[in-house]
Amino acid sequence: MRELSLNVLDIVQNSVSAGASLIEITVTETADRVMTIRIADNGCGMDAQQLRSVSDPFYTTRTTRKVGMGIPLYRLAAEQTGGEVRIESQKGAGTCVTAVFHTDSIDCAPLGDMASTMCVLIGANSGVDFVYTHTACGGSFVLDTRRLRELMQGVPLSEPDVLNWIRDYIREQTEMIGGGALNFEND
Amino acid sequence: MKTIEELMAIKNKTLEKMTVREDQSGFTRVVVGMATCGIAAGARPVMNAFVDEIEKRHLQNVTVSQTGCIGMCQFEPIVEVFEPGKEKVTYVLMNEEKARKVVVDHLVNGVPVKEYTVGAATK
Repeated sequence: MRELSLNVLDIVQNSVSAGASLIEITVTETADRVMTIRIADNGCGMDAQQLRSVSDPFYTTRTTRKVGMGIPLYRLAAEQTGGEVRIESQKGAGTCVTAVFHTDSIDCAPLGDMASTMCVLIGANSGVDFVYTHTACGGSFVLDTRRLRELMQGVPLSEPDVLNWIRDYIREQTEMIGGGALNFEND
Repeated sequence: MKTIEELMAIKNKTLEKMTVREDQSGFTRVVVGMATCGIAAGARPVMNAFVDEIEKRHLQNVTVSQTGCIGMCQFEPIVEVFEPGKEKVTYVLMNEEKARKVVVDHLVNGVPVKEYTVGAATK
């Protein structure tokens, strides 16, 4: 994965598969160059046994092949910066994946295009609500699809015009708060 | 600056055209593989290119969605096109440019791009 926003896209798919109706993605960048990405869902959760297995690349729930690289790759991306990935989960209540990155590490991948990640997630999962919160040194902003749905009165958020608005909104806001300083612009 | 007013204008415009296309049975479905393998290989820009190009050409009867791992990770990004009454077409090793060509040749003009298909790749 070339940027962390791609890892986020991948990890959030697990929340979608877990049947979550609400997924909160929170990016927090602090002045001491620590970035925390928290993905919290209200999906089916995991039992202790499953929770122990998810970081094993040879554990997967899929049937098409025998490896599952999502969490291991994410953990690698965090640990190579001196950070970590913590997973808390409760069967029937939901799962929370918290990743800590030291952005001053030379091995820290850029956050990348979170706007595209959110657009793909919102566009492809009409039954799921997303709350994206990004905090950086210059401030904070929130994009809440529950609020957007209310405003749109039945117009699906997956409409291309709406997705384009969301993408531009996130990009603008990210720039305003000085977030994701190491952005790639090529996606 | 993106404003709520702008979003409301989009809503009103979309509400007008939505009434005429509620029945989706005749729609063509474009499905992008978006598991770890697909994402790592570049599925996100492919998906965005499809959405963007379809919007640009005002194609009304096409939906773009995502799926998990199809089981041919070496060929990701993989895109499947389901047209009603026709056989599924599987495109492999896709990128943004190829995605735009598939929209023009296949979705607009009805001619699948043979050289991008899984059949051509495995020969």
